[in-house]
Amino acid sequence: MTISKQDIEHVAELAHLELSEEEKDKFGNQLGSVLDYINLLQEVDTTGVEPTAQVSGLVDVWRSDEVQDWDHQEVLTALNQGELEGGYIKVKKVL
Amino acid sequence: MDLNKLTIAQARERLDKQEITSRQITEACLAQISARDNEIKACLTICTDDALAEADAADLRIKAGETGPLLGIPYLCKDAIMTKGVRTTAASKILEKYIAPYDATVIEKLKQAGAVLLGKTNLDEFAHGASTENSAYGATRNPYDLSRVPGGSSGGSAAAVAADMCLFSLGSDTGGSIRQPASFCGVVGFKPSYGRVSRFGLLSMTSSTDVIGPLTKTAYDAALVLKVIAGHDAKDATTANEAVEHYDQAIEASSGAKSQIFLQGLTIGLPKEYFLPGLDNNISERLKKIIENLKAAGVKIKEVSLPFTKYGIPVYYIITPSEISSNLARFDGVGWGLAKNEADSLKDFYKGNRGAGFGPEVKRRIMLGTYALSSGFYDSYYKKAQAVRTLIIQDFEKSFQEVDLLLTPSSPHPAFKIGEQANNPLAMYLEDVFVTGASLAGLPAVSVPAGTVPVDNLQMPVGAQLIGPRLKESLVLQVASFIESGLNDKTKE
Repeated sequence: MTISKQDIEHVAELAHLELSEEEKDKFGNQLGSVLDYINLLQEVDTTGVEPTAQVSGLVDVWRSDEVQDWDHQEVLTALNQGELEGGYIKVKKVL
Repeated sequence: MDLNKLTIAQARERLDKQEITSRQITEACLAQISARDNEIKACLTICTDDALAEADAADLRIKAGETGPLLGIPYLCKDAIMTKGVRTTAASKILEKYIAPYDATVIEKLKQAGAVLLGKTNLDEFAHGASTENSAYGATRNPYDLSRVPGGSSGGSAAAVAADMCLFSLGSDTGGSIRQPASFCGVVGFKPSYGRVSRFGLLSMTSSTDVIGPLTKTAYDAALVLKVIAGHDAKDATTANEAVEHYDQAIEASSGAKSQIFLQGLTIGLPKEYFLPGLDNNISERLKKIIENLKAAGVKIKEVSLPFTKYGIPVYYIITPSEISSNLARFDGVGWGLAKNEADSLKDFYKGNRGAGFGPEVKRRIMLGTYALSSGFYDSYYKKAQAVRTLIIQDFEKSFQEVDLLLTPSSPHPAFKIGEQANNPLAMYLEDVFVTGASLAGLPAVSVPAGTVPVDNLQMPVGAQLIGPRLKESLVLQVASFIESGLNDKTKE
């Protein structure tokens, strides 16, 4: 199957992804053929089978809710790699 | 012998006797990188000055009488793992200038152990691929044949070990990304159980299968690295609380004269779904040879069935893109990463940065995952895949009631030509056919060299895979070490 251009544009919008016209055409075909293959799963009877979300074997890992120090230099390197103004991270207008 | 060609175990012995220094090994590795990497392109960043300083520090510790498995041992690290103060790109344009603010837990552990970081290796962008061709910085080449791929996504790490640029490397394995390149490059690639090694500081891809592991020249070396990097980590809630074993001592206890008793008590399963007619004949012959050796040593061999094997790839290519579409949402150009400034609104800013920063395969996976998780499709794709995942896990559980370990080929064929599969994403996804199962089930698995097979006029390496029950890393490495001892026909360019 081929995913329609309209669907590709809708999904790209959901994913916050700018695509060129060429990419839209290409992905429509490529994703369609991958999904055709993936549809193989529909032949499996999964009635009553619990879905698996994770395989760590762990349940509810707790920790105490305590404030821990974070190295100041690390904070600076972590947060100062984009555009700043007056020590604040600068973003485009939201409204 | 050139010092960069040593195994970790050989280097350890000579370092401890103070016959050689860490600086000498480190210089030999850096010289090999200078000599070979312009054609192989395994490395994205080289840390010459820091590496030499770390080597000198390790030499001081050795002189003071300290020892430890990796003290003074130089290594390379896949560029999807955070290394404080060093560029960490994930082979993506979106992180071209990104400096990691902290060390991943594995890097912190290696630092404490005195291992020497030489630099960062190439990968498929964000580890999305099976050939390392998806790197935004150009493909890595297979050291056995420069016109072929090294596999992927940890292709740089595999090629670097094969070309003796380091004594070991770190990779990450989400659906075969350590084992498949290890088989293509003729090295050992070990994927620990999910949760055995902390993922803190690994750039998240598929959080429910991602694991960090070593690529080495021998199974024993993999045991030495694993012993250092494994363990519980408060910063990764999925890490297992079980004690870390002495994997190296386990291998020693089942080697040489002691191997007979160990092997005679062992039953190894051959899953029939992994030995179908599509398998390369020469690979099949290499596997038969290994099976004969195991039988001759007293191992019981039994055919088993994992009937849901053929659903591994479709399950993987729903779960992986879905988790990717969520994990990669954080790359938007705010605070760090590529930022273009033309956009007027915040949303257009995000879209523009992501459109310009991500390469084609990353975009394809984000699109596929977003589609699979979108309204109306969630039940028929994601939830269905999670249910079939349960059946795949149950296949393994049932087989481990009959056998101790599973033996399979690592890949259906040797390394393919660069560009051969570039325009067919589905063909590339099918590369993972033998390696996704253990990832979906979170099981420990290794690709160990199984010798070489003729391809055109060359001999190319192939691998055998061993899969074990959860947290039985010792058993997997013990048998890998035995298989390795029976094969000594490595031929390299």
